[in-house]
Amino acid sequence: MIIDHFPVLVVVLPLVGAFVTLLAGWADRRLCFPIAMATTFIQFCISLQILSRVMQTGPLHYNLGNWLPPWGIEYVIDQLNGFVLVVILFLCVLTCLYSYRSIHSEIDEKKIPAFYTVFLLLVTGVCGIAVTGDLFNLYVFLEISSLAAYALVALGREKRSLVSSFTYLVMGSVSACFILLGIGHLYIATGTLNMADLARLLPPLYGSTVIQSAFIFFIIGLSIKTALFPLHLWLPDAYRYSPSAVTVLLASVVSKIGVYALIRILFSVFTPAFIIIEIPVMEVFCWLAAVAIIGGSVLAIAQTDLKRMLAYSSVSQMGYILLGIGIADNLAVTGGILQILNHAVMKGCLFMIAGAFIYTSGIRSIDDLRGIARTMPLTAAAFVIAAASMIGIPPTAGFMSKWFIALGALESGQWIFVLVILASSLLTAIYFWKVIEYMYFRDPGTRCAEVVSTARDPPAGMLVPILILAAACVLFGIFVSIPLEVIEPFVTGILGGI
Amino acid sequence: MKQDVVIRTVCRLVVPFIQLFALYVIIHGASSAGGGFQGGVIFASSFILIGIAFGITDARKRISEKFTVLFSATGLSIYAGIGILCIIFGGNFLGYSFLPLPLPGPEIRGLAAEAVEIGIGITVMAVMTSIFYDIAVDEEAA
Repeated sequence: MIIDHFPVLVVVLPLVGAFVTLLAGWADRRLCFPIAMATTFIQFCISLQILSRVMQTGPLHYNLGNWLPPWGIEYVIDQLNGFVLVVILFLCVLTCLYSYRSIHSEIDEKKIPAFYTVFLLLVTGVCGIAVTGDLFNLYVFLEISSLAAYALVALGREKRSLVSSFTYLVMGSVSACFILLGIGHLYIATGTLNMADLARLLPPLYGSTVIQSAFIFFIIGLSIKTALFPLHLWLPDAYRYSPSAVTVLLASVVSKIGVYALIRILFSVFTPAFIIIEIPVMEVFCWLAAVAIIGGSVLAIAQTDLKRMLAYSSVSQMGYILLGIGIADNLAVTGGILQILNHAVMKGCLFMIAGAFIYTSGIRSIDDLRGIARTMPLTAAAFVIAAASMIGIPPTAGFMSKWFIALGALESGQWIFVLVILASSLLTAIYFWKVIEYMYFRDPGTRCAEVVSTARDPPAGMLVPILILAAACVLFGIFVSIPLEVIEPFVTGILGGI
Repeated sequence: MKQDVVIRTVCRLVVPFIQLFALYVIIHGASSAGGGFQGGVIFASSFILIGIAFGITDARKRISEKFTVLFSATGLSIYAGIGILCIIFGGNFLGYSFLPLPLPGPEIRGLAAEAVEIGIGITVMAVMTSIFYDIAVDEEAA
């Protein structure tokens, strides 16, 4: 049955799509978008089917090349991967739709086939990370997605995109080295690369310095990939100087897959027993996340460029996910994983809106947005909804994830982190309110009058994804039980023993 | 660009041997040291040698950019095509032994693995060459 092959098809499909796009772009550039769109959409349908099967029958296993697990590469999909796969593919479909109009104004016409080819390679990489149950395979896909991401950042027209892409490349390579070192240590110590096998073989070795240093390497490497606070320096430039559609991808897909890899390695390769009891790394993690949450917000307030502000806000919001994982309480981890979905939706929406401002009026600075709500009412309204969700105003999605993380912090007696969440919500309100005030209540004045009066809501191809995501911000807040139904079995599964 | 006749003659002589060695490395990839990637790089190095000895314009004439695009996609399609054929014949992705060839199982596995290596080799060769073209600057422009 073809259904049994879905776990591998979700990875092979974009790979095939990538070279079909490359050849089709040679014949006619207009063919590239439909192919990319069809590929991501079919993948999204496949991922929904995979998730519903996982929910009914439990984890799916797929042996590549019919080799049995410890020897061959195994793809394993449980509730967490299934959930992450659906989230990232949902965002990929919408970004692809959004890119159709936005990318034409941002990159050279003849680079369009290259854009869609690399886009599909990025999708191959992130889907591969999401489905694989093999540690080295995870590294390979991490490299595929990262290399594709560097290339996409470099597509921007400004000279600075090349510089920021290069910084991203250097930081990404350093992080990949750390991850590879960690994998090497584990392989030398155990002789296996299969995650389930590692989880079985590692416990007797937890005292060994080889394993502990491997663990530290993983943490450092993945912290750079997810831009944890002191290691976030590549992020603002990479987000600011890449084309809008690429920024959306980086913020809502690539960063989420890094967090997923971190969760997978923390909880499925190593066990909660190791990370909580053996070495008290979670404590450190919580504090780093708290610094990220506050530091990211404070830096966001200082920005004058909308995309940079959103980039620093990402640093802060990714801190929430890591805080939820770091508290390592049932509720907090649930909140952290929920934040993967919520942040992808909110930040995807906000970066699409920032791209829409650039597309219709060329405005990048917050200061120039004066009175733009009059000529771009739908875009501005979507911004308000997404911003409310970022701040965490009920009943939006952002409120729910913060609520669960705060409850988890209270339950485990770490009330200080509740204060951190509260303080950060206030700081978030400050920098988003500034934008909303400029959009709605400031008079355009003579400087911006001309630009603002000619601005219009973006074309349907861009507006539809923005409105879908804005609606999702509210819907996932009200119907929070839908994602929770998927997340909770996973969380009780991994933390049940503690 | 007029270069020394020794360089050009030696280059002409060496290129076929480099390519032969590349094919040897690709074909022996499944059973001994080597493989598609290594062989592909060696093959591309023969084109790069042509580019260095005869000038980039001349190399572009011999191996055009269209050729590199076409071949990078061809190699990948060999790889994915064999994987998907295995699914069609009832195996898992890249489950070579399910391919319906009139041969004993291990031989089918060996042959299919070789075919996949050849696909990888073609793609690596084409991509390496195109990276060289992208980095190299035309002597007229320089």
